[in-house]
Amino acid sequence: MVAEKNLAVSLCGLTMKNPVVPASGTFGFGIELADAMDLNTLGGISLKGTTREPRYGNPTPRIAECTAGMINSVGLQNPGIEALVADKAPALRSIYGGVIIANISGYSVEEYAFNCARADGCPAIDLLEVNVSCPNVHGGGMAFGTDPKSAAAVTAAVKAVTRKPVFIKLSPNVTDIVTIARACEDAGADGITLVNTFLGMRIDIRKRKPVIANTMGGFSGPAIFPVALRMVYQVAQACSIPVMGCGGVRRAEDVVEMMMAGATAVQVGAENLRNPMACPEIIAALPALMDSLGIDSLQEIIGII
Amino acid sequence: MLMQKRIFRIESNEGVARDTFRLVLRTDGAVAVRSGQFVDIALPGFFLRRPISVSDCLSDGLVLYYKVVGEGTRAMSEMTPGTVLELLEPLGSGFHPEKCREAALLIGGGLGAAPLYLLAKELLAQGKKATAVLGFNKADEICLAEELRALGIPVHIATMDGSVGTKGFVTDAIAAVRPAFDRFYTCGPLPMMKAVCAALDAPGEVSLEERMGCGAGFCYGCSILTKNGPRRVCADGPVFDKEEVLW
Repeated sequence: MVAEKNLAVSLCGLTMKNPVVPASGTFGFGIELADAMDLNTLGGISLKGTTREPRYGNPTPRIAECTAGMINSVGLQNPGIEALVADKAPALRSIYGGVIIANISGYSVEEYAFNCARADGCPAIDLLEVNVSCPNVHGGGMAFGTDPKSAAAVTAAVKAVTRKPVFIKLSPNVTDIVTIARACEDAGADGITLVNTFLGMRIDIRKRKPVIANTMGGFSGPAIFPVALRMVYQVAQACSIPVMGCGGVRRAEDVVEMMMAGATAVQVGAENLRNPMACPEIIAALPALMDSLGIDSLQEIIGII
Repeated sequence: MLMQKRIFRIESNEGVARDTFRLVLRTDGAVAVRSGQFVDIALPGFFLRRPISVSDCLSDGLVLYYKVVGEGTRAMSEMTPGTVLELLEPLGSGFHPEKCREAALLIGGGLGAAPLYLLAKELLAQGKKATAVLGFNKADEICLAEELRALGIPVHIATMDGSVGTKGFVTDAIAAVRPAFDRFYTCGPLPMMKAVCAALDAPGEVSLEERMGCGAGFCYGCSILTKNGPRRVCADGPVFDKEEVLW
């Protein structure tokens, strides 16, 4: 029997019972998995990325397997912001007591602000995660996250319309992640989520064409863990706002490693797609791992490197 | 039955036709899968699971058919009895045998014959009649014909090269045999199912295939546009009414 361990972390004034959060796009709106597990074991849930209008997303195939990971090109399929605030988030709230994170996308600064204003009025939502890093939509998404001025403009616009904590979710497809994270912090962001997926590609050598219908997509999975960890470390060193670490996390050891690099909360993405029970399994494994590492409280190890 | 992760052990894994294998899995406790549903198999060394439709549900096991089409299924074909596999099951919607009044027509193309076997058993258990029409490219690809005949239902074969049965498509065999039916069920290549739905007036159900991520309805990797808007092949399907599909 492992002695009582404290898994709780504090994030922008919100108490999370543990730092583990299914990443946006890998867990639907949470309710899809309510029958398969006890959602209330999860520290938080980041909901599927939402735009102002409903979107079908990209043509199929949207999925390509890789060594130690996968490429997705879902392209922000979602029912639109009104469905999120009127239906999806309240439905999850009715069965889930942890931190509900709305993931907000857009095609313009105005759309980001509009969507965040709508989400601000939804009591079911605790925190906004603004996605300026989707590699799968043209004319939006990642374009805002690869330029410090644009990222700052989105940050300032959404901060002006909400009192909920705002995290900006950054793309790793940049030369200098720190410059962009600092620009977001300077514009008022309450935290940074990083990283989104890496732009990737596979070719079917028999058919002589890309596996993904949209040619390219976002690469994620255990293969990106060291790169994501490095970026979490760099941003945590350079900024004073909290970081949610994301990228290739698949086990309790990875959660501890991300937190030591500076993450206050840790998101699990692609692993959910191969193992829908990944998050509860990771949470269940944390106390024994903490015991073997001499850790009593996870809050203590944040950014110790 | 809710989706669960479950450990199965390979009882047998044998080639039954060209590049086609029959996999028998056993587990501890009862298994409850309906026709048209599928399982998602974790393969050691591969990131994503492999979704495979269920051909038969045993009291404590499953019968699956799969074709070697890539590295994952190649690795599967080399697995030996006793190997332990972790499955997600059951997944997806199933066929609706209860919507058939008296007589069903089951139309399979290639490995699409596999889920029709469990469907035939369910139809017979409900006291209904069934006729199967199966299409293959060549004689060496034929599978499940004898198993379906062993259930006591007529099985008609179409081969593209005419080596067995009617020469041509399943629609040619249906036109030649003219079976009586009030509902049809089909699984196979998309062009075949499109031709079948265009040729047959009766209500019908089609089992679609798409490259999947999670297989359980929360990643939206396998969404298709239908007459009722976006639908997830894994969770809203894989079986759809023929009217719902945008060909």
